[in-house]
Amino acid sequence: MTLPLFFFYLFSATCIGAAVMVISSRNPVHSVLFLILAFVNAAGIFLLAGAEFLAMILIVVYVGAVAVLFLFVVMMLDVDFAELRKGFLQHLPIGMLIGLIFLIELVLVAVGFVVSPQVAAESVLPINDTISNTRALGQVLYTRYVYLFQAAGLVLLVAMIGAIVLTLRHRKNIKRQDIGRQVGRKRSEAVKTVKVESGKGL
Amino acid sequence: MDFILEALNYLLGVPIIGLGTDVGFVWKALLFLVALLIFIAYFLLADRKIWAAVQQRRGPNVVGAFGLLQSFADLMKFMLKEPLIPAGADKTVFLLAPFVTVTLALAAWVVVPLDEGWALADLNVGILYIFAISSLGVYGIIMGGWASNSKYPFLGALRSAAQMVSYEVSIGFVIVTVLLLVGSLNLSDIVRAQYEMGLANWLGVPQLTFLNWFWLPLFPMFVIFFISALAETNRPPFDLPEAESELVAGFMVEYGSSPYMMFMLGEYVAIVLMCALTTILFLGGWLPPIDMAPFTWVPGSVWFILKVFGVFFMFSMVKTFVPRYRYDQLMRLGWKVFLPISILMIFIVAFVLQFTGWGWNGGVA
Repeated sequence: MTLPLFFFYLFSATCIGAAVMVISSRNPVHSVLFLILAFVNAAGIFLLAGAEFLAMILIVVYVGAVAVLFLFVVMMLDVDFAELRKGFLQHLPIGMLIGLIFLIELVLVAVGFVVSPQVAAESVLPINDTISNTRALGQVLYTRYVYLFQAAGLVLLVAMIGAIVLTLRHRKNIKRQDIGRQVGRKRSEAVKTVKVESGKGL
Repeated sequence: MDFILEALNYLLGVPIIGLGTDVGFVWKALLFLVALLIFIAYFLLADRKIWAAVQQRRGPNVVGAFGLLQSFADLMKFMLKEPLIPAGADKTVFLLAPFVTVTLALAAWVVVPLDEGWALADLNVGILYIFAISSLGVYGIIMGGWASNSKYPFLGALRSAAQMVSYEVSIGFVIVTVLLLVGSLNLSDIVRAQYEMGLANWLGVPQLTFLNWFWLPLFPMFVIFFISALAETNRPPFDLPEAESELVAGFMVEYGSSPYMMFMLGEYVAIVLMCALTTILFLGGWLPPIDMAPFTWVPGSVWFILKVFGVFFMFSMVKTFVPRYRYDQLMRLGWKVFLPISILMIFIVAFVLQFTGWGWNGGVA
């Protein structure tokens, strides 16, 4: 056993443990926190595999952004869990059936899963050990797969515009601030100097 | 069981008494940690002194000469107080939150190079590592705010999280412009690039290294990074999460004694980290401003600390001068002003590099 192997077992054990806790913990906020732990450990496994760029991106994107939104949503939701658990026994048989089907499928896949020994030789782009993996990823992504990369960007753009369109609503009768107008206001428009005679007022 | 010996030697080696061949990582890290914490104590004092000076007060001046031991007195005070946990709080998460904040803030320092080769871990993806760790910093705040089970901390945590996530975007884009010039994600490489290329080299006066540094070609990015760093670390004028007039003390309301101290410590470590990052990205890290005799006598780490302190001085001055932003103004500044400018700047930098062939290309091409 070597040091990387030790860390591999450590990360994977924590990852699986955290994943189990995600579905078994009673408090949804705890679930999200365990999900984050699982993500971080997955990043650790990426690091061990020598994919440090992917590991960092996993943390920045999933843990730093996506999971924060999850946490936001879960914290804001006022879910009544007693209500949710009411139909638990009633739905148990069908849930177990579906779970069983999934389990059988997973076992079938796992048993027949073999990594072909020729896979490294037959890959379209051989792995270049002399350059760092950030550079290697960039060189592949922006040359050979540039169209697919751009297409993925377009899909994300459409998704983003969709999300904005769904949530944007212009309400009438609402006072909006226009920073340009606020800054552009002159003294003469805002202040009036008056001479007030004493005892009379304005 | 060879690997256990190997690991122990790597972590706890002491070559003088014949344990291992290299000084153990734990000792180096411990030394760095202690030095960093002492520096933080004095940064904190400096912050208060500068603030006081601008307001024509004396500031802390009782404990030790000129109040030099004030931070340590505060440390003792916090540690000796009784920690209180609210009855309705989620105990585990409540106590975990300050640990998360302080651990993450300290963990980021592992890749910061104080001098040529003086980084605890010279990662290939150093800048991404710092970015990843600082994007995790938001969890301490959210967890603290939620676990307190109280209104003001929760509102403060929500504000803070939204603010940190927003400004991370513009910080990311600013970092991208620097990376385009450097062509490497390694922090030491970023500093080396500022020595080997730039305006001074181009003009034929390579002694004037301060002209090489990226603050000059990327001046708009320097300003945006500085302001975003203020917002990212919840410093005034962007200290909305703890706006006393609205939210009492934001996510820290329910905290006291040691947990509160850890939040405070984590915050200041993150602030100084941002100062160090500004130094590395834009002010040439450990490089002397002029590459000539009296300046090169001073060691690189001293230059680094001086520069970090210079940036921190600007952080403090902003705190004293600028009134607090309103929440919608803060969001507008991040998304509608900084984000477009930094994206435009990426385009400009990329085009310039493409058409002129400038840039460092990670020092290989």
